Amino acid sequence: MSALLAVEGLTKTFGGIVALDQCSFEIAPGSLAALIGPNGSGKTTAFNVITGYQPADAGRLSFGGRVVRRPDPCRLQRLGMARTFQQARVFPGLSVLENVVLAHHQPWHALLRRRVSVTDRRRAEDLLGEFGLAAHSHVPAGMLSYGQRKLLEFASVLMGEPTLILLDEPTAGVNPVMVDTIEHHIRRCHGEGVSFLIVEHEMSFVMRLCDPVIVLDRGRPIACGAPQEVQNDRSVLDAYLGD
Amino acid sequence: MTWLGRESRTRPGGALQAFAFLGALAVLPVVMGRHWQVNLLVFTLMYAGLASAWNLVGGYAGYAALGHGAFFGIGAYAMAIGTTHLGVGTGYRPFLLVLPIAVGTALAVVPIARLLLRTRAATFAVLSITVMFMVQTFAYNIRSLTHGSQGIAVPVPPFPFTTFERPFYYAMAILLALTVAVCWAVRSSQLGLALNAVRDDEDRARGLGVQTELVKLIAFSLSAGLTAAFGAVWAYYISYVFPGFAIDPLLSLGAILMAFLGGRHTLWGPVVGAALIVPAQQYFAYRYGASHLYLIAYAALFLIVIYLLPDGILPSTTQRLNRLRTRSRARTTPDLLPMEALNPRGESE
Repeated sequence: MSALLAVEGLTKTFGGIVALDQCSFEIAPGSLAALIGPNGSGKTTAFNVITGYQPADAGRLSFGGRVVRRPDPCRLQRLGMARTFQQARVFPGLSVLENVVLAHHQPWHALLRRRVSVTDRRRAEDLLGEFGLAAHSHVPAGMLSYGQRKLLEFASVLMGEPTLILLDEPTAGVNPVMVDTIEHHIRRCHGEGVSFLIVEHEMSFVMRLCDPVIVLDRGRPIACGAPQEVQNDRSVLDAYLGD
Repeated sequence: MTWLGRESRTRPGGALQAFAFLGALAVLPVVMGRHWQVNLLVFTLMYAGLASAWNLVGGYAGYAALGHGAFFGIGAYAMAIGTTHLGVGTGYRPFLLVLPIAVGTALAVVPIARLLLRTRAATFAVLSITVMFMVQTFAYNIRSLTHGSQGIAVPVPPFPFTTFERPFYYAMAILLALTVAVCWAVRSSQLGLALNAVRDDEDRARGLGVQTELVKLIAFSLSAGLTAAFGAVWAYYISYVFPGFAIDPLLSLGAILMAFLGGRHTLWGPVVGAALIVPAQQYFAYRYGASHLYLIAYAALFLIVIYLLPDGILPSTTQRLNRLRTRSRARTTPDLLPMEALNPRGESE
C-alpha cells in the first residue's frame, strides 16, 4: 500500500542552523506514528514544514498519494491533514461551539450561510459531548482551563474529518488524568480509521501508544521501527545520552 | 443558496432594535429641525457609518486599518468629478452616483487590498496609512482630473433653503442603515465567524481550512466601498473637495475612536460612539474655534477608553447589567449561585 504521508529530502535552515537535513520518512495509512528526538532535533520544524506553515528550502511532500507543491495549511486541511499546536491554541473570543463549527471545511459560498447552521451545530455538539465539553458550549473558549483547551483543540480538528492528524505534544502541561483522557481519544479516533503522527516527549506515553516510532536527530531520522527496537537502538541511545 | 439558513434566528429584540433605529432616523430631522442641528446630525450619521464600515476590518477581523481616509477621498473625488466633468446634473441626480461609486471602489481596491492583507499588525497599519497618503499625493498632482490643490467645486444643489440639509440627511441615513445591515449580515453569517477566527488566531484558522485571504478581502472590500459611499455624499453636501480635506487622516482616526469608545466587535458600538463624540467635537470646535485643540481631547479619550473600557461602552455595560441581574436573582433564590458564564471575561469586581 502506498504511504499516506511521504516526505523526501526535506531541508530547512534558519540562517546557519540546519533544522531539517535531508529528512525523509513515510507514514502508512492507519498508523499511529510518533516522532521523537532530543530537544532541537527538528520535530516541530518538521511539523511546520509538513503542514505548510513554513516553506521548505528543498524536498518533496506527498500526501494521500499525490505530490503537494507549495504546501499551504488551508489546502492541506481540505485534503485531510490537520494539526494541533504545542501550546493549545483555541480562538478565545469565540464560543466553544463556534470553535468547533469553524473547522468544518466548506466551499466559499458557504460563507453566506448562517454563522452556525443547524447541521453544523448538531455535529459540533456531538463532538463536544464526546469530549465532555458539552456543558461549556456557549462559554468563550478563552475561559476554559488549559487541559480543556487541549481537548477543544483536538475536537475542533476532528470536525474537518481529517485522515491524518499531527499532534504536537498532546500531553505537555496537562495533569495525569487528562493524559489518560487524551490517550483514550487518540485510541478511539485511531479505531475509527484516522492516522496519527505525534510529537511527544513523554516516553511512556509514546511507548505504550505508538507504532512505529521515528527518531529524529539533528534534522534527520536516525531510526524507525517498533518501540522496543527503537529503545534498544545504539544510535538512539547515543543521540539522547550524547556520544 | 440559503441566506442565513432556513429558520433565520432573528431575535425579537434584534428586530425591535432595528425598527427603533429606523424610526429614530426618520423622525430626527423633523424633531431637531434647525439648520445647525440637522447639520450636526448629518455628520453624526456619517461618522456612525464610517465607524461601522471600519469595524468590518478593524473590529471583526482585528486588522488595524488606519487609511480608510483614502477610500472616503476616492468616493468624494468620484462624486466631484462625476458632477462637474461628466455632467450628471444637479438636484437629486448626483445621489444616483453613490451606488456605482461604492461598487466601483469596492472592486477597485481588491488588488491593493490583496497586497496590504499579506501583512499584519503594525506593518499593516503603517502600509494602510501609506496608501492613504499615496492617494492624497495623487489628488494633489493629477491636476487634469482633480485640479490639484485648487480643489473642485461641486455645483450647489437647488434645494429649498429651509430644508436644505434634509436630502443629505436622508442620504446619510439610508447609507448608515445599509452599513449597519451589512455589518449585521456579516456578523450572523459564516463570514463573520471566519473573520472573528482571523482576529483571534489567523494561523490556526488557516490550518482549520478557513479561507483567510478570501474573507479578509471581502471584509476589506465591503468596508472600502461603504466608506467611499459616505465620501460621495459628503462631497456633494460640502460642495467642495480639496485633497487635504477629502483625504484626511483625522477622519479615519475619528471613526476608529468612535468604534473603540462604543465597542468594536459589537454591532451598535460604533453608532453609539459616533453619537457621543461627534456632537462633543462640534461643541469643542464651536467653543475653542476651529483650532486643532480637540485633538488633545481625542488623545485623552483614546487613553481613557484603552485603560478603563478596553472593550468599549456597550460590552462593559452589558456585562455590568448581567452581573446585576445575576446578583438580584441570587438574592431572591438563595440556592442559586451567580453563574460565571454570564460574565464572559471572568473579571473580578
